[in-house]
Amino acid sequence: MTDAAWPSGMACPACAAAPEAPVTANRTGAPTSPLRRYEISLPAIHCAACITGVERGLAAEPGVSAARVNLTLKRVAVTAEDAPGTETRLIAALKSRGFEARPLDSAALEATRTDAAGRDLLARIGVAGFALMNVMLLSISVWAGADGSMRDMLHWISAAIAIPAVAFAAQPFFSNAWTALRAGRLDMDVPISTAILLAVGVSLWETAQSGAHAFFDAALMLSFFLLIGRYLAHLTRASARSAAAEIAALEVHMAERVAPDGSRETVPMDAVRAGDILAVPVGVRVPADGSVTQGSSEIDASMLTGETMPEAVAPGSAVRAGMMNLSGPLLVRAEALGDETLLKQIARLVEAAEQSRSRYASLADRASQWYSHVVNVLAITAFFGWGLISGDWRLATNIAAAVLIITCPCALGLAVPAVLTAASGRLFRQGVLLKDGDAFERLAQIDSVVFDKTGTLTTGHPVLTNADDLPTEALALAAGLAEGSAHPLSRAIAHVARETGTRATGLTEIVEHPGLGTEAKRGGETIRLGRAEWVGASVQSDVTTSWLRIGDAAPTALRFTDELRPEAEETVARLRAAGLPVTLLSGDGDAPVRALADRLGIETWIARATPTDKVAHLQGLRDAGRKPLMIGDGLNDAAALAAAHVSMSPASAVDASRSAADLILIGDRIDRAFDAWTLSRTARSRILENFGMAFAYNVVTVPIAYAGFVTPLVAAIAMSFSSIIVSLNAMRLGRRT
Amino acid sequence: MNILAILIPVSLILGGVGLLAFFWSLRHNQFDDPKGQANRILSDRYDDHPADDTAEDPKDPR
Repeated sequence: MTDAAWPSGMACPACAAAPEAPVTANRTGAPTSPLRRYEISLPAIHCAACITGVERGLAAEPGVSAARVNLTLKRVAVTAEDAPGTETRLIAALKSRGFEARPLDSAALEATRTDAAGRDLLARIGVAGFALMNVMLLSISVWAGADGSMRDMLHWISAAIAIPAVAFAAQPFFSNAWTALRAGRLDMDVPISTAILLAVGVSLWETAQSGAHAFFDAALMLSFFLLIGRYLAHLTRASARSAAAEIAALEVHMAERVAPDGSRETVPMDAVRAGDILAVPVGVRVPADGSVTQGSSEIDASMLTGETMPEAVAPGSAVRAGMMNLSGPLLVRAEALGDETLLKQIARLVEAAEQSRSRYASLADRASQWYSHVVNVLAITAFFGWGLISGDWRLATNIAAAVLIITCPCALGLAVPAVLTAASGRLFRQGVLLKDGDAFERLAQIDSVVFDKTGTLTTGHPVLTNADDLPTEALALAAGLAEGSAHPLSRAIAHVARETGTRATGLTEIVEHPGLGTEAKRGGETIRLGRAEWVGASVQSDVTTSWLRIGDAAPTALRFTDELRPEAEETVARLRAAGLPVTLLSGDGDAPVRALADRLGIETWIARATPTDKVAHLQGLRDAGRKPLMIGDGLNDAAALAAAHVSMSPASAVDASRSAADLILIGDRIDRAFDAWTLSRTARSRILENFGMAFAYNVVTVPIAYAGFVTPLVAAIAMSFSSIIVSLNAMRLGRRT
Repeated sequence: MNILAILIPVSLILGGVGLLAFFWSLRHNQFDDPKGQANRILSDRYDDHPADDTAEDPKDPR
């Protein structure tokens, strides 16, 4: 079966973009240098074709001896030659095949490579399951009517299996309960541990007295179901952690320093001192805050301010770390370093905003808080009630154990993890990555939405708006001039020209003047495309404009706007229709923000917001008792994302924002935000339904236990029945796609 | 009823074998990538023979 034969529904976007080329595995060129293991994060892979594509693609690279994809963690482990640049080469190879790839710090992952906690839980589930099946087999004989010495023998064998199994399998509950008790708290693990220990203890005593009822199977069943709940919760947390671990470096770690004699050397950022002159080539981010000493260019500050349109810089202009140099090489004198840079200041803002966010108590936490108290009270009253009334303390102990076993939150322990596992699986299929299980519950509570403009509602790339009004010749010439330039406006012109098929001919001596524009000759005429002052246009304009002058003719204006994401309009409309007020919060100027707000029908908008303003706005909303959802992508949004009740970032966002956001929209489509919100509401109601069912089950069974009618058979049926109902209800969520 | 003396140990031993097999698979990283394993069976790469493609750390031979 070839990849072309995949049903279209199964192929993922990355695979569709990179139809697998015929690969000849290059294992003949055996690597000569020592091998080492590289880990690469592949955030977008999600199907069998992706696995094959990545593994074959990497195997075809020279120097690679093995590659293995881990789809659960979305990583690939590559064993390849230990040579400088290997990792970069592998990543480039993956990118050229259409897979988004990021390097991961192999040393930092060492500790988390094997999921020790998950493995430990699985081992305990295995032991509990094994013991449960055997004890259940023996119990069925007892229920079927074995009596006398036969019953005692079966009970003793059950005890021999159950006691070591419980001692091993239920250990996580015991140790958690012990920690909680020592700290003077009561949590879910306390009644769980009491129930398990009491069940085993009472059964052992009954067995020794040749009693009729032993609850060994109940103790094991409790451990088994609760461990499954723990494991599901662990899986959700682990996948959230690996999503959060995916943080690559935005900061430049190396810089090119220019010595007074003009010689250049590449030095680590740590070695740069204030006053050093640093060279910033085209297409590189400025390494440190400082001022330009030589050269002129345009810089893209969209990561820092949200402003899409490039800014001109000349000697004397201040530049900030993280800005991208677009058109001409610059020399920059470093002025603020390390802790004083804007980047670090934003990191500090994020930290402060995260700390100010009050800890959210999840539904499960709150439920278990009162539940554990109720369960303990019920068991104690049952014990003393029966003991005092009947005077038979053996019976009282038996009934207290039955009450604990019956009330023990098997269903409750599964209610939340099962729903969250099902929901995050479905979210994942929709292209949303959940970084924090709590965030999903918080998402269900939102009552307002705050959008960033640049890069979130818009794509962040300028588009030419008045191409249709331009004379064909002007467009052709502009395209000819723009062709060779990496400037975003030039790229927008070239893109339009390519689409309409216009081409310029006869242009010679094309020269790009950094920070000004591009100039060329056609015949004797000079043709210029660039900034108003340089071209000789005097008209001021609200919108971003480039000017084209042919010879001595009057300049023609080329207008640009930031392109709206195709799904933005519908998303905003749907959110508003659902009763969520939408606010636009942007660092960009008044005119473009107002234009966008009008177009999308957003009434409240704030322009020229600094990162601090954004945080203040969100904290203001929260202080007013609102629960805002923030969706943003820029570095200037990072702190606001951390300050919001819950936050989302598109996958194209800067790393600082991605790490601050709770949910990542992998498909880079913001309409997923609405779907995620609807799903979170469904999941929340499903969790509450599960709580309701667990509660109803207790309302029915607790009186039976109190009356002393709960035999091991009744306990086994009731416990497994309620757990299965709750799991099935949770799984309903995952199926609908 | 003497048959129980044989049947109970037999059932325990069979279950124990299953448990040991489970521990063995756990030790050999077979539960590290459940989603990947579920998808790998769809690939035709292993149709003829299982591929030896475990990317092990050369410094850490398991």
